[in-house]
Amino acid sequence: MTIRTLMSTAAALTALAGPALADINIGASISETGPAAFLGDPEAKTLRMEVEKINAEGGIIGEPINLIMYDDGGDPNKARTFATRLVEDDEVVAVIGGTTTGTTMAMVPVYEDAEIPFISLAGAVEIIEPVKEFVFKTPHTDRMACEKIFEDMAARGFSRIGMISGSDGFGKSMQAQCKDVAEASGVEIVADEVYGPQDADMTPQLTNIKGSGAEAILNSGMGQGPAVVTRNHTQLAIDAPLYQSHGVASKQFIELAGSEAAEGVRLPAAALLVADQLAEDDPQKPVVVGYRDGYESETGEDVSTFGGHAYDALYILKAAIESAGSTEPAAIRDAIEATSGFVGTAGEVNFSGDDHLGLTLDAFEMLEIKDGNWTIVE
Amino acid sequence: MRLSPRATTLLVLAVLIALSPLMFPSNFYYRVGSLIFMNGLAVTGMVILIGYAGQISLGHAGFSGIGAYSCAIMPVQWGIHPLLAPLLGAAISALLAWLVGRPILRLKGYYLAVATLGFGILVYMVLMNEAALTGGPDGITVADSGLPDLAEAAGLDLSNSQFWYWMSGLVLLAGAWLALNLYDSPTGRALRALHGSEVAARTVGVDVARYKLQAFVISAVYASVAGSLLALQNKFITPDVAGYMHSIELVTMTVLGGAHSVLGAVFGAAILTMLPQVLTVFAEYEHLLLGLIMMLVMIFLRDGLLPSLMRLIRGKSE
Amino acid sequence: MPELLQFLFSGLTVGAVYALVALGFTIIYNASDVVNFAQGEFVMLGGMITVFAHAAGLPLLLAAGIAIAATAVIGVALNKLAIEPARGAPVVSLIIITIGASIFLRGVASLVFDKQIHRFPAFSGDAPFRIGGATILPQSLWVIAGGVAVFIALWLFFTRTLTGKAVLATSNNRLAAQLVGINTNWVMTLSFALSAAIGALAGVLATPITNTSYDVGIALALKGFAAAMLGGMGNPKGALVGGILLGILEALTAGYLSSQYKDAAAFIVILLVLFIMPQGLFGARQTERV
Repeated sequence: MTIRTLMSTAAALTALAGPALADINIGASISETGPAAFLGDPEAKTLRMEVEKINAEGGIIGEPINLIMYDDGGDPNKARTFATRLVEDDEVVAVIGGTTTGTTMAMVPVYEDAEIPFISLAGAVEIIEPVKEFVFKTPHTDRMACEKIFEDMAARGFSRIGMISGSDGFGKSMQAQCKDVAEASGVEIVADEVYGPQDADMTPQLTNIKGSGAEAILNSGMGQGPAVVTRNHTQLAIDAPLYQSHGVASKQFIELAGSEAAEGVRLPAAALLVADQLAEDDPQKPVVVGYRDGYESETGEDVSTFGGHAYDALYILKAAIESAGSTEPAAIRDAIEATSGFVGTAGEVNFSGDDHLGLTLDAFEMLEIKDGNWTIVE
Repeated sequence: MRLSPRATTLLVLAVLIALSPLMFPSNFYYRVGSLIFMNGLAVTGMVILIGYAGQISLGHAGFSGIGAYSCAIMPVQWGIHPLLAPLLGAAISALLAWLVGRPILRLKGYYLAVATLGFGILVYMVLMNEAALTGGPDGITVADSGLPDLAEAAGLDLSNSQFWYWMSGLVLLAGAWLALNLYDSPTGRALRALHGSEVAARTVGVDVARYKLQAFVISAVYASVAGSLLALQNKFITPDVAGYMHSIELVTMTVLGGAHSVLGAVFGAAILTMLPQVLTVFAEYEHLLLGLIMMLVMIFLRDGLLPSLMRLIRGKSE
Repeated sequence: MPELLQFLFSGLTVGAVYALVALGFTIIYNASDVVNFAQGEFVMLGGMITVFAHAAGLPLLLAAGIAIAATAVIGVALNKLAIEPARGAPVVSLIIITIGASIFLRGVASLVFDKQIHRFPAFSGDAPFRIGGATILPQSLWVIAGGVAVFIALWLFFTRTLTGKAVLATSNNRLAAQLVGINTNWVMTLSFALSAAIGALAGVLATPITNTSYDVGIALALKGFAAAMLGGMGNPKGALVGGILLGILEALTAGYLSSQYKDAAAFIVILLVLFIMPQGLFGARQTERV
């Protein structure tokens, strides 16, 4: 009885907020709260803002988008339930989301079974390797970030590397990938330390790395950890230069670390962070400048690459529905896979049957922080 | 005819499990139902620990984690049959509960709370850190149990959600039946005696330590089986299943619904499992409302929601 | 030995934060036998209110003062609205009420403020002091000094003042305390105000080191709770020693054993201590009244 009452209340409420029949139902399960909230928050804001914009401009193939977005709080089990709900109850034709690798992987079986195209916003390689028919993703993989960083280190003549990684999913996954590609990239990992995502002081780990004789240090992590590592790196006056990962995704990092401590830190990042510094003829320039200006004026917050991933996913989907001329999930999937030359915030995307990421290393810029601002390393 | 409380509880549960699907518009409701039963099973174990024996644990999700990861690791790494894995997981949980429980259960109140909390966090950290075995924080895929296929071969055409709805419903019924039998057994009486006053129970010759340990071990097995079911249904699992928040959730469900009865606790599990689904329209306020509900129920309906509701209904009819 | 010294400095910095949280637990526990799991949210509120008041143009000191005062008011409200009405409820209900309060406060903070990570500048700059080859930040000294100052103040309060003794009397036997003329309601109000203010102070002092966001409270409450139990609940000395011990343990484990398992090491030690000393290091032995 109670189950029924509550459930039908839920159904009624959903129906109230629900669509007219002809709308294009696009689902999303994003971690707006929980430990991944600072990724999920800009993603959700981006989706709301851009869907509104697309609808104001007449929607996709003449139909407005009805965005059905749930907050999974970063809990994979909850994400899985929302995935079932999106497919079974909301009858969506495509889904964006999975802020974290955990929530993404929990949802994958549902969309594969239901044959609904799914564009993930999470980082790890395992999402698209091996290729799953209905699963795509927009962010660069952590493996690519490792390669980009090691390439730069090798070019500067560093071969002995110290690693310090966050113990969350992002940090651990990148730590594993970097160790995997280190040898092929010509660097040796001589120290390998870990910290908790909310730790306040990493000087013990950095002291050990300093003692190991590392010539450069790589911090794979996101959130507040990289800021603390950067400050501690300066506090201990370590000579080995510090590299951050693509998990450092907005201007906020420089504010948290302090521009003095952040001076000279390098990191691979999408062009979005250095929109103004791109050459005028760079095809990415209008895209990233447009998105950044829109986001910053709408929210009053610094733009982040995480929001950019959501932007890319939505517009890849829009382009696919337009080229398919249909809202059938199978047709949309085929059109997504046929995406080529799509210019987004992360770079140029070219999907194919055996590549559901579609980005190359060129999509990363190597940045260095100078005087509290990003500069592109030539 | 007057039914015993035990028969009433089982009958109510069975009817709810059997008839609810008549009102389900889609598969999604089976999914939520199956989660309610899995949480309900773990919470039934908590009734034995909290409601019968009067002990507290802020670490029982650790046992759910062991049950879940047994299903993920054993078949792939050690070639153990997927259906044997939940049983082995339960055995490991029981053994661990027995080993840890002996020293831990000498503690009382908040000291017991922090010790169980520490235990849960240790399990969680092992699952997070031993990535080679557990897949680390990003989780691990669970091999198919073959059970839904078996059902299909037997002529039952069920979706994944439907299959696990019935499966977990049956396991919950069995779990409730065992817990209710325990209540009326000598062990149950001993547990309730020590809940009232440990000193008094000891004076009349109850082996307090032994019975507390029994309750701890039994509740660990319930949590472990619930974790296994979840892993088998989701086919993917992350360390969150063993996390501190999940432990808190289990205790909250138990106490919110009514820790002294199986039906009450399952009711609590149902409410808390459905809440995020009902509140999606107010997603921003979800946490605020959840916190508010927890406070209000514990302040104004101290025995839990169900007993208070029952009293209200009875009060009106009399 | 500069490594060891650096590990100790790190442990002291982190431990002093834990100690401040644990000290906050102590006061409320002493007055009411309640372990307030929302203590971490007081720390969060202290940090977040300061951040937003400072960003709104107020000088840092004024912003911090406002944050501490506002948090104290929230603490009193928590007592009046949630703890007082539940008097006499069992431990497990109280745990759920205070956890409910912490989830509620976190939800409110995410709406009123935002979900981003924030920081404000350190009080005395970021140039570290170098001692024996190791370094410590001036802000760490602020946190450590804050922890010690609060400890001394509390110790004097509980042993030298009539009000402090009234708090202890209330904890021991509420009815008896009322009979000898102690206004126990006022004692409770005072305890929650003090406790919340100390939490907020911890947030103000630590934010330049730890950063802050709407959800930093959970981890801090867990560590602070563990520290308080390690030292022995209800004893300011236990809170201070427990907090600093926990911090140093983590730093030494990260430095010498494995940074992966530093949190695990802390909890293993807590379990072992409780097995040997079920009341923590400095806790009073209690006998069950029949």
